Amino acid sequence: MRKLALPDEILLSIQQPARYIGGEVNMCIKDPKSVPIRFAMCFPDVYDIGMSHLGIQILYDMFNRREDIYCERVYSPWTDLDKIMRERHIPLFALESQDPIRDFDFLGITLQYEMSYTNVLQILDLSQIPLHAADRGEDMPIVIGGGPCAYNPEPLAEFFDLFYIGEGETVYDELMDRYKENKKANGTRIQFLEQAAQIPGIYVPAFYDVSYHEDGTIQSFTPNRPCAKERITKELVMDLDQVNYIDKPLVPFIKVTQDRVVLEIMRGCIRGCRFCQAGNIYRPMRERGLDYLKDHAAKLLKSTGHEEISLSSLSSSDYTKLEELITFLIEEFKGKGVNISLPSLRIDAFSLDVMNKVQDVKKSSLTFAPEAGSQRLRDVINKGLTEEDILTGAASAFHGGWNRVKLYFMLGLPTETREDIEGIALLSEKVAETYYDEIPKEQRRGKVQVVASSSFFVPKPFTPFQWARMNTKEEFIEKANIVRQKFREMLNNKSLKYNWHEAELTVLEGVMARGDRRVGAVIEAAYENGAIFDSWSEYFQESIWMEAFQRCGLSLDFYTTRERSLEEIFPWDFIDAGVSKEFLKREWQKAMKEEVTPNCRSRCAGCGALKFEGGVCFEGKN
Amino acid sequence: MKVRIKFSKQGIAKFIGHLDVMRYFQKVMRRADIAICYSGGFSPHQIMSFAAPLGVGITSLGEYVDIEVEDSEPIATMKERMNQTMAEGFQVESITRLPDQAVNAMSLVAAARYHLTFRPGYEPEDPKGWMKELEEFYGQKEIRITKKTKKGQKELDLASLVYELSAQGEGVTMVISTGSEENIKPDLVLDAFYQSKGMERDPFAFLIQREEVYGRIPGGEGPFPFLSLEKLGDCHE
Ligand code: SF4
Repeated sequence: MRKLALPDEILLSIQQPARYIGGEVNMCIKDPKSVPIRFAMCFPDVYDIGMSHLGIQILYDMFNRREDIYCERVYSPWTDLDKIMRERHIPLFALESQDPIRDFDFLGITLQYEMSYTNVLQILDLSQIPLHAADRGEDMPIVIGGGPCAYNPEPLAEFFDLFYIGEGETVYDELMDRYKENKKANGTRIQFLEQAAQIPGIYVPAFYDVSYHEDGTIQSFTPNRPCAKERITKELVMDLDQVNYIDKPLVPFIKVTQDRVVLEIMRGCIRGCRFCQAGNIYRPMRERGLDYLKDHAAKLLKSTGHEEISLSSLSSSDYTKLEELITFLIEEFKGKGVNISLPSLRIDAFSLDVMNKVQDVKKSSLTFAPEAGSQRLRDVINKGLTEEDILTGAASAFHGGWNRVKLYFMLGLPTETREDIEGIALLSEKVAETYYDEIPKEQRRGKVQVVASSSFFVPKPFTPFQWARMNTKEEFIEKANIVRQKFREMLNNKSLKYNWHEAELTVLEGVMARGDRRVGAVIEAAYENGAIFDSWSEYFQESIWMEAFQRCGLSLDFYTTRERSLEEIFPWDFIDAGVSKEFLKREWQKAMKEEVTPNCRSRCAGCGALKFEGGVCFEGKN
Repeated sequence: MKVRIKFSKQGIAKFIGHLDVMRYFQKVMRRADIAICYSGGFSPHQIMSFAAPLGVGITSLGEYVDIEVEDSEPIATMKERMNQTMAEGFQVESITRLPDQAVNAMSLVAAARYHLTFRPGYEPEDPKGWMKELEEFYGQKEIRITKKTKKGQKELDLASLVYELSAQGEGVTMVISTGSEENIKPDLVLDAFYQSKGMERDPFAFLIQREEVYGRIPGGEGPFPFLSLEKLGDCHE
């Protein structure tokens, strides 16, 4: 039996003790004393969220295949335990060995969303690791950041020893080898970082200096020692069938957000929506082979015992062999009590047919993501979905027995006018009308339900909208009110429902997304005043953040509502994410002219990702 | 065919609540390739029923779950297959085939045996003496208490629901009424004693283990008319 870090008295007085005990099915067990490298893999949010993340499971599996590494997990203690650990000075521990994190060689933290940044500090703090990389001694773990938010690592630069830019499956091996060599040679921490800085994709923030213009924008960003590269090119896997996928994912005891087998069918996206960061940073789109997926689907279901399998990708309808894959899953597993959950597919005859087979039509709803309320604005954001697509799709679904529709929109997109905003209500109304027009009274099963939701737009690095001005909180709220008002005017308003997200959180997300190194002080100040679990609206406190900005003498508007010139040096410009700045500029200018860009399969837009020599760029060309 | 599984829950498994234990066993069935039967309907579920929920924090040597499997299922290898895919702390102890007309474990439950010891660090000066005193207290003919229920309060005679209670060195073993008729927990048994002494019980003072769950022997009489669910399953054959 493993020892536990927490005594029964604590475990039995907090919510969900199973979050902190490990011992799940498929947990990796090694003797910590017999491995040279101990790696703590962290998702800085509560266990239930962190355990649902596919990327961590992939890396956990990958590291533990190496005999010389023991990779363990750590998540944010929930607020109840957080309080106890602070009061009693209990150091944060890993789930597997229950040993303190500060005794590890590495602490790897995945950065999936901006509002988890205060939780990053929570993890360091509870681990009793100095928050600033510069203050860490030789005995402290090397703290690594990765994940999508590492594409603009600057707000977190001071807290990390190094960042890994790109997909994790490629250079970790080399990084670990260097670490071992350095340790053997009795090298220092800084010597290891100097070695690491030379590995592709690795960014050591301490090796770069930033200077600013008087107006606060960046004047220069330069390496301060020879080992540091001028530009960091993202790492990516070109042949997804050649890298290990997980065979035996961990199976949590408690019900977590993603309580199912997740099959990643492809990475990247061909669509080129101009607001979407994932669609840009994961270019080019690369598919996994059908046989590979079939094989893994069976293995994963068997090794976990999950009763559900779902497909993961940015746009599953673009997977070339989707029909074959889904048919296979249905034929192979449906009869065995396995549910097949489909990601939102483009609504057409095929998808309606399979949805009919795998879900209860009466209980399920159709999902469309028009993102903007008018065709004009959809052209600006390069969202290829037309009103006709939506209405014809909805009509066939209504004939198939569905009567619930979900529509997703964004407010605050560049060039947005009142007409575009009101278009959200008008489009929703048209969907409702389609139902009443298409389905004769006697065949209707009650009213149609159209639920429209809007989030607020946050400009992200490495998208054509990285130059865009973000709306203020007041503008957001006003826009949401216009939509709400318009919904009230609709004839079918009894069939319509409108939800919108909180604006305060979005504004801060905007600061973190395009922030520079100076924002780190704000995060630290907010954390010191109690900010934690900011992505949980019940814990988010706007006032703490406003105070932190004031204390640090920084202006929020500088990062959000300021107009940026095409010449400005962005904090993330030193990273080469594949898409070139010229391409992004071109797309930004086309957006202003309401011109659309075809997807990668129709015509290559010359984004720059061709240099990785694979994926969709070379489809059908070999 | 119907099958009764007896399993133990030790170590860290005591932190897994009842609902999660149910979900856990559903997944065990799939991992171990048990040909379990499914209900009909759009989202079929496994035919599975647990005997008596166990509180979080309590370990057990004898938990029960009944399942229905296809006739083709090889029972001989079931225990081994399941134990190959168990998580830390869970282990299948036995598999018993039940007659087709057997009623499910849950409705059979009548009593359970618990063993309690002081958690290290919480012992009184004389733990043996303390346990002896507890035994003597339950030697009384009648112990009236008021028990909180969902609807409010009710009076009952605790002595008639504690079928056995004997001090064993620094521990105590008790067999108490469990299940749908009158569900008594070890805490309640302790509390009555503490109250009689005018003392407050520390919620962490004891380590509790459930050792067995019993059903009533049909037509059984005498001081101990119970049989473990495992044996009760057998005796129908
Ligand atoms: S280079 Fe062309 S085909 Fe390749 S990802 Fe970029 S736009 Fe698409």
